[in-house]
Amino acid sequence: MIDIVNLRKGFGKQQVLNGLNLRVLNKELVAVIGRSGGGKSVLLKHLIGIIKPDDGKILIEGVDITAVRGRELDRVREKFGVVFQEGALFDSLTVYENIAFPLREKTRTGKAEVRDRVVQALEDVGLREMGDKYPAEISGGMKRRVALARALITEPKIVLFDEPTTGLDPIISSSIHRLITKTHKKYGFTGFIISHEIPEIFDVADKIAMLYNGTIIETGTPEEFKRSENPYVRQFISGSLEGPIELLS
Amino acid sequence: MNIIDMTVCIRSIGAWSLSLVRSMGHMFLFLLNAVFTIFRPPFKFHMLMRQIRFLGSKSMVVILLTGSFTGMVLALQIYYTLTKFGSEALLGPAVALSIIRELGPVLSALMVTGRAGSALTAEIGIMKITEQIDALTSMALNPIRYLVVPNIVAALIVFPLLTAIFDLIGIYGGYFVAVKLLGLSAGTYFSQMETFLKMEDIRVGLYKSESFGVIVSWVCCYKGYFTGYGAEGVSKATTSAVVMSSVLILIWDYFLGSILL
Repeated sequence: MIDIVNLRKGFGKQQVLNGLNLRVLNKELVAVIGRSGGGKSVLLKHLIGIIKPDDGKILIEGVDITAVRGRELDRVREKFGVVFQEGALFDSLTVYENIAFPLREKTRTGKAEVRDRVVQALEDVGLREMGDKYPAEISGGMKRRVALARALITEPKIVLFDEPTTGLDPIISSSIHRLITKTHKKYGFTGFIISHEIPEIFDVADKIAMLYNGTIIETGTPEEFKRSENPYVRQFISGSLEGPIELLS
Repeated sequence: MNIIDMTVCIRSIGAWSLSLVRSMGHMFLFLLNAVFTIFRPPFKFHMLMRQIRFLGSKSMVVILLTGSFTGMVLALQIYYTLTKFGSEALLGPAVALSIIRELGPVLSALMVTGRAGSALTAEIGIMKITEQIDALTSMALNPIRYLVVPNIVAALIVFPLLTAIFDLIGIYGGYFVAVKLLGLSAGTYFSQMETFLKMEDIRVGLYKSESFGVIVSWVCCYKGYFTGYGAEGVSKATTSAVVMSSVLILIWDYFLGSILL
């Protein structure tokens, strides 16, 4: 489904991605973990072609998104739904209009069907009564739920989550994680989650990949990760200050 | 100054020049992209109407205020000069020509820049730093179509209208000072205006306001679209948009004025 091959990206003198390889299978829910500022969000933006790499390929169902432009690039992007870090909801639109936006702008769905689907999406994320509110009037957790509803409204094949629980309290975080699992089962999308929520993410993802120094240093199931002998993985999971991972100055 | 200092100096001037040319090229390509997108469907009429309302309503009060006081102060100053030559009868056309050809388009554009242009940069800038622009891109939608095109087209419609309002209010501001305060006859003020004011003068004002509309919307959208990080980035972008728009308006006004004179 997603095949990232030898991806390299630098900003000035700083090399953020350094020959990164990762394969995500169809309908798999993969979480990429790693330190803050380690290039996880940069990786996600490469997947939807917002950032172009210096080298390497990203194959989405066989199409290299780094090599296509214009209409062809849009066709690849139409396979995606994205839940951004803070939700990235449009301030000037209500919750209802935010969720309806991709349907209205990208499809020829009739008014009645748009209404039915948005109402259903609001119900799926537990916000049935919130349609008339503006993003500024709802909490951070609600924003992420709306963002998830908006990402799922066009029933995309792939959903990307950029740290969907950052800045939320543990209970709200758990509810968002549960929502991701529930919608994954219901819609059957391929999921790609950027996170550093340890150990909660182990209950959500089918596979974990750890990003360190611009490359994926280990991949495996959550159980394999918990038993990993890799000192970098062990230090990251335990949150210890002692170990091979260099602290950012 | 030794040879090493000179080399460093020349190198930094070269680097600065290259960076200036690069950013000018980047800005020009941004405008070209927007102009190209204007003519490509789908057209977003509801967003155009929203931006017309945004640019127009935000600036209306300030245009009314500056228009009336500009006309008033102009009448006062020109009257003072004309009395020295005994040509008070020419006050009406002097006020009208100054406002319609020059002050109307320039001051309207500067006021819209300060009022609506800065708000526009801040709005787009905040959309940028909160990833709303990335969200549009990820939906396979062209952000230029949603954020830039409606503003450029709205500015092309709104700027001449605001300038016309400024001109009208300015002429009546001058009328108030000339006729009600300085005792000039209303007939003299307006009849002389009819004699001296040509359609060509109004056209010059129109061309200026249209071109200022493009400059302001282009610069303000560009600065917002490529804003830096965080609140500081948006604040810098907003200041820079207002300064750059204002300077470009005055520079372009001189060149256009020279060509159209």
